Amino acid sequence: MSEIAAASRVRRLQPRASATTAVLAKIATALLVLAGLWALWEGYRWTWIHFDLHRPFVVDDTTMPRVHDIVGALFDRTQPDGPLLIDFLFHSALFTAKEAAAGFAIGAAIGFFLGAIVARFVFLQRGLMPYIVASQTIPILAVAPMVVVGLGSLTVFGSTPTNWVRVAVIAAYLTFFPVTVNTVRGLQSAAPEAVELMRSYAAGEWKIFWKLRVPSALPFLFSAFRIAATACVVGAIIGELPSSIQDGLGGAILNFNQYYALNPAALWATNLVAAALGICFFLVVVIAERLIVRRPPEQLV
Amino acid sequence: MSHNAAVVTIRNVTKTFPRGRVTALQEIDLEVAHGEFISLIGPSGCGKSTLLRVIGDLVQPSSGDVLVNGKPARQARRDRDYGIVFQAAVLYDWRTIAKNIALPLELLGWNRSRRAKRVQEMLELVELTGFESHHPWQLSGGMQQRVSIARALSFSPALLLMDEPFGALDEMTRERLNMELLRIWSETGSTVIFVTHSISEAVFLSTRVAVMSARPGRISAVVPVDLPQPRTADTREEPRFFELVTEVRERLHAVGADKVVEELEALE
Repeated sequence: MSEIAAASRVRRLQPRASATTAVLAKIATALLVLAGLWALWEGYRWTWIHFDLHRPFVVDDTTMPRVHDIVGALFDRTQPDGPLLIDFLFHSALFTAKEAAAGFAIGAAIGFFLGAIVARFVFLQRGLMPYIVASQTIPILAVAPMVVVGLGSLTVFGSTPTNWVRVAVIAAYLTFFPVTVNTVRGLQSAAPEAVELMRSYAAGEWKIFWKLRVPSALPFLFSAFRIAATACVVGAIIGELPSSIQDGLGGAILNFNQYYALNPAALWATNLVAAALGICFFLVVVIAERLIVRRPPEQLV
Repeated sequence: MSHNAAVVTIRNVTKTFPRGRVTALQEIDLEVAHGEFISLIGPSGCGKSTLLRVIGDLVQPSSGDVLVNGKPARQARRDRDYGIVFQAAVLYDWRTIAKNIALPLELLGWNRSRRAKRVQEMLELVELTGFESHHPWQLSGGMQQRVSIARALSFSPALLLMDEPFGALDEMTRERLNMELLRIWSETGSTVIFVTHSISEAVFLSTRVAVMSARPGRISAVVPVDLPQPRTADTREEPRFFELVTEVRERLHAVGADKVVEELEALE
């Protein structure tokens, strides 16, 4: 009986605090952090202007626009009869999201496949890993034009990859690496006894892989997906730069960069939207993890 | 099968690990009869876990044979003749208790309703009915180990191999699970090989206790335990129980187990 009591005590340690309270607390924290960031930005601005500080850079309306000007810029029209900036950026963000999501899917699949092969055939670990690592030390800015231009002259099944597909490849390039590394670790994370048990049930390699190794690797995979979720957005934005794609956030950043002196708030507003997109991707991964990975509550982050 | 037919025959098994040239097992000979409960006891590093793994075809002997029901160990493993319980429960966190118990049955290709029926029987056997939809981390260590036993017995293996299954539990839980294991043993009529380093646990549970010595690992004595069945809480207080505990202890000391233990402690 005492064991049953112990088990129910374990459950009682995580009281089902009313869900609304928890959500409200989270919203309050988020607002508090936003207010803190706002205060930090404006405080820095005020201090540097008030005391006329010149290092590390001169602070004025061009280098550091007021926060309300940046937010306000979102509700300005891009052209006298054009859409609101926020509307324009929303569509840009959707386009970039499409590239990033496709890149994430391609990168995660390739990353998992590579990781599974390296984890299975240990001799490949020494042969393959240096190149996998090297692929990430080459700056993405150097690779992006080659991929975009290279794929543009490529014909697959009678068609040339469209612009956004080429950008997705760049996003995939940034995505696969963390997935590969964590797949290798995750697939090897099952306890030796767990593998011995599977062997005692006369389970073959394939069954052991799907019923034991992959589920054991899931927490590792989701750690990688969190990193990859933000990396694929960066990859998509950078991938747009050399391909002269105007439909995404990368195009918008290039564009507003040219008019920075005239309208600095527009670029900052675009950066805000890009950051928001990254956070959205991250949140999708976190929610998916909550739904898929079953593990002790103390291991939930 | 007649009651005294050998379930396990170990003939002249030697196991050396090339790295460090350690002789883990040397010329082991042992027969385990159907329905027996035999304990392997010895100091740390005497190869008792290795012997268990050799029997279960998880470690290959360097020489010698292991026959299970007259078949080579490899064939016995393919025929799923082994149910194994380790010191850690090794439950899958991502599976519910019911699905943990059903894992071997899934691999055997049982259909859903047959699995569900057997899982209920197993939960009853280990007295965990009502916990089927819990996850492992919601159970205490003792309960987790009972799930592990239920999983090992779910497909009715000919032989139950247990590697210090209660070693990580507190004394109270351990004694209660000892009683429970004996009940399960008599209800299922299975044959058990049980590794432990607790003398009283070995004597209380077993029909025979095999005492092992270290470096090289060998069976130095086999002590038959003639305590009446079924064993009860009172068994631990009978004079014969103490005599047998003393006998096993002396056998252990005779092989210098205490010296080995000191050496190991000095190494740590």
